[in-house]
Amino acid sequence: MAEDTKSPQPPDKEELAKAANPAGSGTPDPSTPGTPKSATPATEKPAAPAAEKPSAPPAEKPPAAAAPAKPAVPAKPAGPVPQLWDSPLVAKLKRQYGTGLEAWTYLNQNYLQVDRSLIPTVLQLLRDEDQFDYCVDVTAVHYPKRERQFDIVWILYSFPRNERLRVRTQIADGEHIPTASSLWVTANWLEREVFDMFGIQFDGHPDLKRILLPDGWKGHPLRKDYGIIQQDQEWVQINLGIDSGQ
Amino acid sequence: MTDPNSSVSHLDLEESKHTFLDANELVINMGPQHPATHGVLRVILRLDGEKVMGLECVIGYLHRGVEKIAEHRTYTMFNPYVDRMDYVAAVSNGLGYCEAVEKLLNVEAPPRANYIRVILTELNRLASHQLWLGTHALDIGAMTPLFYTFRDREEILKIFEKYCGARLTTHAFRIGGCQYETYEGFEKDVKKFLAFVAPKIDEYEELLTTNRIWVERTKNVGTISAQDCIALGVTGPVLRASGVKWDLRKAQPYANYKLFDFEIPTGENGDTYDRYLVRMAEMRQSLHIIQQAVEGIPEGPIMAKVSKVIKPPVGEIYHSIEAPKGELGYYIVSDGSTQPYRIRVRPPSFVNLQALDLMCRGQLVADVIAVIGTLDIVLGEVDR
Repeated sequence: MAEDTKSPQPPDKEELAKAANPAGSGTPDPSTPGTPKSATPATEKPAAPAAEKPSAPPAEKPPAAAAPAKPAVPAKPAGPVPQLWDSPLVAKLKRQYGTGLEAWTYLNQNYLQVDRSLIPTVLQLLRDEDQFDYCVDVTAVHYPKRERQFDIVWILYSFPRNERLRVRTQIADGEHIPTASSLWVTANWLEREVFDMFGIQFDGHPDLKRILLPDGWKGHPLRKDYGIIQQDQEWVQINLGIDSGQ
Repeated sequence: MTDPNSSVSHLDLEESKHTFLDANELVINMGPQHPATHGVLRVILRLDGEKVMGLECVIGYLHRGVEKIAEHRTYTMFNPYVDRMDYVAAVSNGLGYCEAVEKLLNVEAPPRANYIRVILTELNRLASHQLWLGTHALDIGAMTPLFYTFRDREEILKIFEKYCGARLTTHAFRIGGCQYETYEGFEKDVKKFLAFVAPKIDEYEELLTTNRIWVERTKNVGTISAQDCIALGVTGPVLRASGVKWDLRKAQPYANYKLFDFEIPTGENGDTYDRYLVRMAEMRQSLHIIQQAVEGIPEGPIMAKVSKVIKPPVGEIYHSIEAPKGELGYYIVSDGSTQPYRIRVRPPSFVNLQALDLMCRGQLVADVIAVIGTLDIVLGEVDR
């Protein structure tokens, strides 16, 4: 309880900073070229609070407190940056789909940023022609400040090639995405979990319903706007006969 | 290995929509409070007499929202939470998480830390398999192995307790290495344990391998082909028992598994008996790895240079390890702050459980118990 009362307030501040971060620099970072990115946060971040402080009253104390810390931060992670990834596979895909697809490598892990409309064909192609026969995971990430709020991520593995690949796309809230369970049966439960946690609809899924939470539950807990101690009060009261589980 | 173009016809998703209008059909509910479901798993069985026509798993009773909690904790604070997923193999969970964050930070644990990690992880694999064997045999009706395995597993837990103070949810590793240096006499204890447990594994096998009841209850029960395993994403001993020689420790080595010599045991038929044999062989391989590790353990630091406040650069990583149950993966997205933006755990038990329906079709009700046991699921990990 002590924790509960304590945590909602600081997270608010942190969440703001967090949400602002991925929306501003975090989100485009992995999806757009890496090299300019590494330069932009370094210049942008110290510049932003400096510009805001005199002009903008909406940004209250947090930027002031954060300002001295921030210049130190971009200095340190001079670490790895996503690099363009080139391989016969990428060349082939690029030939077919051109600009709808970008290939990156980060920390020796390859991923494809694919346009939403190309997803079914690209996944099909990867399985049928490039031997990605094992779908390791399907998951999503929520970026509430972004126009297309969700990243859907397929983690694939190829037994014959001993190679991993992530395929990533962006979709807007409420937008549907075709199921991958016709390609890899394992996606059935994985997509149900994504639906359960994020409320993303998978078209053509054989049995899209909640998997971990109860059927009648309202809300999708892994969305960023769902609080850490939030719950479906009504469901708890009706089904558990208690006022609150907290 | 498999032909990706071949259809998985009998896994046809349309099938689950098919309703059986046969008057003989009976729907019964097993669990969630059922001793053979190893936790709170509810299985809705569709039966024709004693024959299983299909089943549906209802899970989520242990859901604690670990992935949501992670977004509100720092990287260091989240570390103990992972132990509570697969709580019978907490060390493996911790290893996967720490290595994933280390990759994101671009640091590497020092050699000595890696040796300690391998020893403890393999001990934990052994403990996990022992617990599996005891409970699996108990479900099928052989009571004795439970006492044998729990007696011997105790010795592993004692080593854990002496090392870090905890027996089950150990929180043994830290991001960057290990928190604790080994205690005085650690190597001696481990060697003593190896000498102690090797004949015990033969003892388990004596009880079961040629036991007629055991063989009849497990042979050709819950058979799954390699092709179906891959389509369903099933990994770990279940996949290997179907004949796929794939182990992440070999395929994409992590920690310092590259240094050790060990075999990947495989089966042929993909039935419950083969899975039993594969896990028994794996126990021996674990002993073999521990033996090499404890003999080769170097001196040196046990912690890499990691700042007190862990703040990985913006980016994302997927790292997976061979947990006792299969591929355990962590997908971490960092926004450059001290808290992870998103952590996704790829739980082997969750994915493997999906195969239960296929493995039980056409079998008898009693075999469902055997198949749940042979899948070696831990509901704490299924539900997270």
